[in-house]
Amino acid sequence: MTHHYREQIKNIANKYGNDRGYLMNIAQDIVKEFGYISDEMVAHVAEILNIPMVQVRDMVSFYSFLPRKPLGKNVIRLSNAVIERMKGADEVGKAFEKELGISFGETTKDNLFTLLHTACIGLSDQAPGALINNVPLTNLKPADVPQIIRDIKAGKNVSDLPQARVLLNLKKEGEVICAPLESGQAIRNALNMKPEEVIAEINKSRLRGRGGAGFPTAMKWDFCRKQKSPIRYLICNADEGEPGTFKDRVILTEYPDLVFEGMTIAGYAIGAKEGIMYLRGEYAYLLDNLEKVLAKRRHLGLLGENICGREGFSFDIRIQLGAGAYVCGEESALIESAEGKRGAPRDRPPFPVQKGYKNEPTSVNNVETLCCAARILEKGGEWFAKIGTKDSTGTKMLSVSGDCEHPGVYEVEYGITIENLLELVGAKDTQAVQVGGASGKCVAPKDFGRRISFEDLPTGGSIMIFGKNRDLLECMHQFIEFFIEESCGWCVPCRAGTTLLEKKFRQILDGKGTVQSLAELRRIAQTVKAMSRCGLGQTSANPVLTTIYDFADLYAERIKEEDGKLLTFDLQKAMKVGIEASGRTMEGVK
Amino acid sequence: MSTNVVTFTIDGVEVKSAPDKTIIQAADDAGIYIPRLCYLKDLPPGGHCRVCTVKVNGRPVNSCTYPVAEGIVVENDTEELNSFRRNIIEMLFVEGNHFCPSCEVAGKCELQALAYRLGLLTPQMPYLYAQKELDATHPDVYLDRNRCVLCGRCVRASIHLDKKNVFGFENRGINMRISVNSNDGLKDTDLTKDDKAMSVCPTGCLVVKRQGYLTPVGKRLYDKKPIGSEIETKTVKS
Amino acid sequence: MSKPVVATGHFTGCFGCHMSILDIDERILDLVELVEFNKSPINDIKHFTKPVDIGIIEGGISNDENAEILMEFRKHCKILVAIGACALTGGVPSMRNLVPLKECLEEAYLNGPTVKSENTGIIPNDPDIPVLLDKVYPCHEVVKIDYFLPGCPPSADTIWNALVALLKGEPLNLDYELIKYD
Ligand SMILES: Cc1cc2nc3c(=O)[nH]c(=O)nc-3n(C[C@H](O)[C@H](O)[C@H](O)COP(=O)(O)O)c2cc1C
Ligand code: SF4
Ligand code: SF4
Ligand code: SF4
Ligand code: SF4
Ligand code: FES
Repeated sequence: MTHHYREQIKNIANKYGNDRGYLMNIAQDIVKEFGYISDEMVAHVAEILNIPMVQVRDMVSFYSFLPRKPLGKNVIRLSNAVIERMKGADEVGKAFEKELGISFGETTKDNLFTLLHTACIGLSDQAPGALINNVPLTNLKPADVPQIIRDIKAGKNVSDLPQARVLLNLKKEGEVICAPLESGQAIRNALNMKPEEVIAEINKSRLRGRGGAGFPTAMKWDFCRKQKSPIRYLICNADEGEPGTFKDRVILTEYPDLVFEGMTIAGYAIGAKEGIMYLRGEYAYLLDNLEKVLAKRRHLGLLGENICGREGFSFDIRIQLGAGAYVCGEESALIESAEGKRGAPRDRPPFPVQKGYKNEPTSVNNVETLCCAARILEKGGEWFAKIGTKDSTGTKMLSVSGDCEHPGVYEVEYGITIENLLELVGAKDTQAVQVGGASGKCVAPKDFGRRISFEDLPTGGSIMIFGKNRDLLECMHQFIEFFIEESCGWCVPCRAGTTLLEKKFRQILDGKGTVQSLAELRRIAQTVKAMSRCGLGQTSANPVLTTIYDFADLYAERIKEEDGKLLTFDLQKAMKVGIEASGRTMEGVK
Repeated sequence: MSTNVVTFTIDGVEVKSAPDKTIIQAADDAGIYIPRLCYLKDLPPGGHCRVCTVKVNGRPVNSCTYPVAEGIVVENDTEELNSFRRNIIEMLFVEGNHFCPSCEVAGKCELQALAYRLGLLTPQMPYLYAQKELDATHPDVYLDRNRCVLCGRCVRASIHLDKKNVFGFENRGINMRISVNSNDGLKDTDLTKDDKAMSVCPTGCLVVKRQGYLTPVGKRLYDKKPIGSEIETKTVKS
Repeated sequence: MSKPVVATGHFTGCFGCHMSILDIDERILDLVELVEFNKSPINDIKHFTKPVDIGIIEGGISNDENAEILMEFRKHCKILVAIGACALTGGVPSMRNLVPLKECLEEAYLNGPTVKSENTGIIPNDPDIPVLLDKVYPCHEVVKIDYFLPGCPPSADTIWNALVALLKGEPLNLDYELIKYD
């Protein structure tokens, strides 16, 4: 065993020039080859790269898609995100368990299948979904499961299964993203200007980042450009991990040229020669086509040396595949990850525009932001600024899922009210709308007149609709579980705080909470929010903090009067093991 | 005013500092204590514990990584911040497995000392009682992860002071833990009991064997004086 | 005005905290002047005979009897004060919480090196022996606790100062030196 992998690992490392910066790629290739990366393999990689083993283990152990123990030949990752569960993921999960005779987290005796859960995989509009050997399956039903297993056992390719079909689900095309583009047109326009003028044009459009924070794009590029450094980088954030978001999936499937066009323009504007697209591991199935588009663009002279015949302007793009970690969408964690390390966010300052990838000035922009930039260079900043509202110009790609008739992606003008949106997507009897994903805000009906915009209700694109019959607080609880799973662990308030928050929340949901428990819940939630290091922790208590007042009734109905005896303590249950271990019975106890 | 000095305030007190300092460094120099757990003067900051959080112009920031700037208004010793800090310390107590009455570093433990200083009478958050691995393979030292607060001091000290790489992190989230540079425990690393890394652990997690309980109760580091008083009592530089 | 009534209770601990109560030396005489003792191991009153103003409890909750008596305390005491590491956190006895109870019992009575001969051990099962709980619970996880005095044991001064403050209805502020976990 020991020897047969050594040669292969050596070859893999060699392919990446034995460069520590590609540690993640090396580990991913090893997993592709062997199905896992063992402690011995970790030691071997360390030896080849001449770095400490503890650093390799640090990176490998961080990512869900880098298993350290052998898994089955076929790995089933069923999404257990909130919407997926609303649409029956639990039942599908049970069907898998029954068919395979194993529970989640286990591998069948014949080593053919491993059954795992995974977070949102960007398919909430066609839930429940799963990745089997990284191939997405959609609209799963419990009844499909036996045939799926039979087919795979019979040697059928997963991609040939009838469920291996991702619907585009683009329900409303707007004028910014979903419009035709003649490849290279926007780049040529940009090249007719100085980089500073390109930034000025973006400034005119008042474009703000679509990734969540809404930072003015022109300002970011300007900061980056002005750093004194010969090397700068441009990163396209295609990590799209916020539960209920899948608009980048649609953009990357339908408009990849627009994204790459925007990246090239950004590269020109900030003075970068190298662009990286960080693509979430769950979207690995998009990789082939994206690589094809890149190759085509190189062929057309839209990437590479002297782009569009412009002497001295070179820019190329590589795609870095992630490995299953939501936090890597946070820009500094993304950079760490792209450098081949654990995806732990950095403390700021310095900001990425000052010290980013390889410590050089780096602009990180969302997929959609870069698309907007390309369109602005095609049609002009003034044109763009006329769309939307004063502080939120342009359109927004919304990923709509949950209790509505037409889930999918909608390109809408900024400023649309929740009410109008609900009408557009065919949602009736809505109890609440989660705007901005698990980390966003749970909006109550009294606020359905509010508008999607940076100044009112911002969102990276996720809109999840909860109908009247849903147990809203259970959904919020699942969001917290998501954060526990995805916390990077670096800082205390988020690492420990999210777990403790869940425990308290569970007690209340189970009807064992008192008024005191509510106060405790708030105390933990506020600490996590105020003290956490990065956006993940700072927003991880939002499922509680944004419902505790607006949906106070839901809490009140589960809270019990207190009489000093705590309901969380269950004497009978606490005695059970002791009674059984000593061979007594409950009746035999006085 | 010279450009080599920035002036700002901490809780209303004027502080002057070189511009390349972090807030916690400037505060230390001025004899103002900002509670901290993972920061140590001779190491680069880690940003793990967030106990050192202060407010700068009303916004919470991490004082061991945040640079000073002219005119900033820093809040430090406020009831709000101290209660958040106390809550973090409480989280650490229930996350790990701490049995202070039988611990050899009780009395000089920084985690405990912070609890005392911040007035935490007892943790009331739910205990996690997670099983944690103990590494006693090394002849001279042991690593008892039950008491680890994941401050990363050992990781940084090994790299920056010892020029080794004995420690690192493993896993993520609530499962994160300290790992060592071998597949068979500390005995297979080049750690020695005289490494600087062995002297930085704030708790009883990473300790030299056969050295416990040397100081009698009452004479221990934090028995009489709170943690931080060493900073508060030193002569204030102008 | 009748004297305030005080009760003390003892669960899973070493009695060290009660020793510390007695350690207040001659002040115990003042105390007897100030208050009337109800149920307490100090005077061997076994059952509550009237409502109690202040209940003081030592030790964690490791078996059904502990739990039931603690609930009695909660029912009878207006103010409940937990003292010492065992009552506050489970203390040293709660070290067993890291190992499943079944394994603990098997190690102690069946498989451990001090079990004399093989196959003769038995896990105690007499109906009169209280049943061990799955873990040792801090008191505040079983009933609501009003005040906590840390220490192992809390010093006599800590207990005295706290008691006096509570009797006078003053806020309980412990000096730095009195907050100790060991
Ligand atoms: C936990 C976390 C996850 C994030 N995930 C994403 C993401 O998937 N995609 C994204 O564009 N931005 C994400 N962000 C925001 C990025 O940090 C960053 O602000 C954004 O990529 C900047 O691009 P923009 O200016 O174009 O919006 C995330 C932030 C946090 C804190
Ligand atoms: S807030 Fe959470 S995700 Fe962010 S650094 Fe801290 S532990 Fe990591
Ligand atoms: S390490 Fe500190 S807090 Fe933990 S048990 Fe020891 S003395 Fe107590
Ligand atoms: S072993 Fe000690 S120094 Fe290292 S992380 Fe844990 S608590 Fe910190
Ligand atoms: S806290 Fe210490 S002194 Fe008090 S009962 Fe427990 S072990 Fe004994
Ligand atoms: S001391 Fe600054 S984060 Fe720990």
